[in-house]
Amino acid sequence: MIATPHVDWFAISTVLVLVGTSFVALLGAVLVPRAIRRPFSAVVSCLGFAGGLLTSIWLYVASAQGHAVVSGAFERDRWTALAQILLCGVGLVTSLVGWEHVARRNDDHIAEFFSLLLACTAGMCFFVGAANLMVMFLALEWFSIALYVMCAIDYNAEGSLEAGLKYLIVGSFGSAALLFGCALVYGATNHIDFTGIAAAVGSQGLSGDALLVLGLAMIIAGLGFKSSSAPFHMWTPDVYEGAPTTVTAFMSAATKVAAFALAFRLLRTAFPQEEHLWSWAFAGIAVASLAIGNLAALVQRNVKRMLAYSSISHAGFLLIGLSAGSALGGRALMYYLIVYSAMAFGSFAVVAARERELGVPVTLDNLAGFGWERPFLGLAMWLFLFGFAGLPVGGGFVAKFYVFSAAYRHGWTWLVIVGVLATLVSLWYYLALVRAMYMRPSDELQLMPAAGGGVAGGSPAREPMLHAAVGLCLAVSVGSLFAVGPLIDLARHAAGSLPF
Amino acid sequence: MSVADFTSLLVWLPIGAAIVVWVLPLSRYATGALAVLVALLEVGLWIEQAVRFDFGQHGLQFAQRGSWIDDLNVSYHVGEYGFSLWLVGLTVVAMAAAIGYGFWVGRDRPRAYFGLMLLLTGATVGVFVAQDLLLFYAFFEAMLIPLYVLVGVWGGPGRLGATVKFLIYTMTGSLLMLAAIVVYGLKVGTFDLVDGPASASRWLFLGFMFAFVIKAPLFPFHGWLPDTYREAPAEVTAVLSGVIAKVGTYAMLRIAIAKFPEPTSYYRTTMLVLSAAALVYGSVLAFRSPTLRGVVAYSSLAQSGLIALGLFSGTNLGYDGAVLQMVAHGLVSTALFLIAGAVERRTTTDQFALLGGMAKGRPALATLLMTVGIISLAVPGSAAFAGEFLILAGAFQRAWWWAAIGGGAIVLAAMYMLRAISGVLHEARGSTVDDAALDLRPGELALVVPLVGALLVLSAWPAGISHHSFVGNDPTRQVQEQFK
Repeated sequence: MIATPHVDWFAISTVLVLVGTSFVALLGAVLVPRAIRRPFSAVVSCLGFAGGLLTSIWLYVASAQGHAVVSGAFERDRWTALAQILLCGVGLVTSLVGWEHVARRNDDHIAEFFSLLLACTAGMCFFVGAANLMVMFLALEWFSIALYVMCAIDYNAEGSLEAGLKYLIVGSFGSAALLFGCALVYGATNHIDFTGIAAAVGSQGLSGDALLVLGLAMIIAGLGFKSSSAPFHMWTPDVYEGAPTTVTAFMSAATKVAAFALAFRLLRTAFPQEEHLWSWAFAGIAVASLAIGNLAALVQRNVKRMLAYSSISHAGFLLIGLSAGSALGGRALMYYLIVYSAMAFGSFAVVAARERELGVPVTLDNLAGFGWERPFLGLAMWLFLFGFAGLPVGGGFVAKFYVFSAAYRHGWTWLVIVGVLATLVSLWYYLALVRAMYMRPSDELQLMPAAGGGVAGGSPAREPMLHAAVGLCLAVSVGSLFAVGPLIDLARHAAGSLPF
Repeated sequence: MSVADFTSLLVWLPIGAAIVVWVLPLSRYATGALAVLVALLEVGLWIEQAVRFDFGQHGLQFAQRGSWIDDLNVSYHVGEYGFSLWLVGLTVVAMAAAIGYGFWVGRDRPRAYFGLMLLLTGATVGVFVAQDLLLFYAFFEAMLIPLYVLVGVWGGPGRLGATVKFLIYTMTGSLLMLAAIVVYGLKVGTFDLVDGPASASRWLFLGFMFAFVIKAPLFPFHGWLPDTYREAPAEVTAVLSGVIAKVGTYAMLRIAIAKFPEPTSYYRTTMLVLSAAALVYGSVLAFRSPTLRGVVAYSSLAQSGLIALGLFSGTNLGYDGAVLQMVAHGLVSTALFLIAGAVERRTTTDQFALLGGMAKGRPALATLLMTVGIISLAVPGSAAFAGEFLILAGAFQRAWWWAAIGGGAIVLAAMYMLRAISGVLHEARGSTVDDAALDLRPGELALVVPLVGALLVLSAWPAGISHHSFVGNDPTRQVQEQFK
């Protein structure tokens, strides 16, 4: 007779809601007639994410005192809840964009897409609450496998299958590194739960132990793959370019949230004694990401690739907050993630709209005149890009200010300078996009906007769902400039549940 | 609503109007009319503030404080001092003229255009009233966004290169300033400009000054200026040189000099050298420039140098003169660029080789250009003369040779200005000047005449500004006490 642990069902309610709706969406793939399969599964997905939002908000409110549940496998606290809110929000806007954009050529996989999306987000929601190495690895595989398939969902499109395969191979390598790291840490400390590791390191004087340090390094590498930080970034541009743009948008926002939220918890709870090591390691990775992301983005002509490199550089900024390792760093990280995920998702969604309009990959050249043809999407893109560049049109500015403050408080003025220089370089390519959208006349466009996906000449397709999604992202990214206080309070309470 | 709320209203009214203009599908005429109306309302609000302002009272007036980022002691703190009141006035007046000009010439894509102009108005007023470093930085950067698009979309043929240069230059400066702000604010525990103590850090001073000397600009940080002033639409250049350039010199006074007394005196000679270099170099280039816009553009560089010379002389007369000259030159160069725009519209060019003889049959154009030109070359009795005289007297108190350099440059100013006036108005009729080219139309007169009128009033009573910028007429002490 195996003793079953007491399960706090409420603590994992978000995950359960998402998994449940994932099953419903999957049933839709076989039971619902093809004609209404798309709206059915999209509505199910939206409802699932709305439900997930509700439960995670409720969880946030009801979890002021953080504690581990289910035999110490899962952490029920506000850090988990806030990350889940963010993930469900990204999932919701992904459903909206996916409704109109995913798998337009082979409608028959649409329900599977939404099922995978829900399952993937469920895995991420589980991942951010992981309290031991086992749960961490299982949840990582859970959402990664879903993502591999999502990347390849449009398998008729050039590049989609390739993207899925590339992601699978490189991602598996990252997972393997993470798993090996976990094994080494377990070997050194005889514990898999985060607090147990920290306690063992403290009581047995393992700080600096070779096995432990090697394990930590491999875990960092594994998480680096997932968060697409340099030098573990090489898959990012190819996969982001090849994957359906909706999936790219989801990956660029949600994967980062999951990876960074978990990384911060893991390092604070399991490895506080090694802070001097991992904070330097992350500072190094941050500098590498900032340098590689920004410099490589300068020469890109394909917009999705450029934004992919931009997401690498933003991983660098996030890592600055992470490497500070303080409560301020935690707040900065959470705030940055909120703003960044809105801007990243929104910008890829705009690219998705243009891609559908043209039927070919979006480049700097065929963006000409876009800003004037689609005023709302153009304005939104303009604000996202300036926000990325840290200009005060949205929370991107405050987010940068916060991570710089965290680095300075940590005593790393040099990292502030590196961040400032990186921002300066990034302006060049963000402005190239703005220039392409607004300052080049559309008659420079050599390509006639023609039947790409539903646009038969004439005016572009009406895309109310995509507009709603972009509008939501815009509201978050601009609103966060004015609502710094409330958002920071949320992040403060979330970070307050981690040990400092 | 009390008069203190007007400070915030001055900032947010145009920004709100910009959003309205972008959202509502108004016609071209309605959009322009709304923008002009808002711009005039701004002027009205400012007049109300100026009337209520107590020039004898110490400290910040019309102040408002709200929470923004409590976590790091960043607040939404706005308010005005005597000198910032005048610069806000300059902003609203010049922006009203520029918006009116855009309406008059009928810019393409009116909703985008007027929205951006209104956004620029709000952001620029914001810079002058912000009393928190991060808020200041936010507005300082926010000015760039509309400027970038205004130049890039409505500018001349070389606009793309010009925008890139402009943005990269100015962002280099301001990002270093952001680093300086983070370090200063976290070190002293507050980002508030009023509460924050003075600092002796030379690195921080340089971080701030780097942004300001690019914005002003001073030699050798003016690389962006010629391209941008040439390629921007006339009214945007008017605002750039009349108002935006003054942000740089205002910030030198409000932040760099007031917050960093020790570094200021350490780098005083360096700054005076840069200022004098800008003054002389700008004047020489203005004299050599083959175009009307070039003359005004380089004279702006020279004037920025002169203003900085006054500020870094660190004397009572220097400070007074600098504030007066900021306003006087702001009005002069706004008027000159608008007139240059009017000339370009009639002849398609601003090259002296193709211009000339426009005075004949165009009395209004001739009179206005002549009046503004003569004020700008600092003929005794003009507002610019009062400003330059005070600055030179202040510089003389520091050391006689600064005044000698300044005096020499003013002679150059007379030469380039007279050359510009005669190149447009007199001499043989240029090949592009058609007999049918009209005199200034009522719409244009309505924009330029008030500016000239304001200049004439200032010429008659320069003490209106120079004696009403600092409490007790003792700027040196005010600066030492950080305007408290």
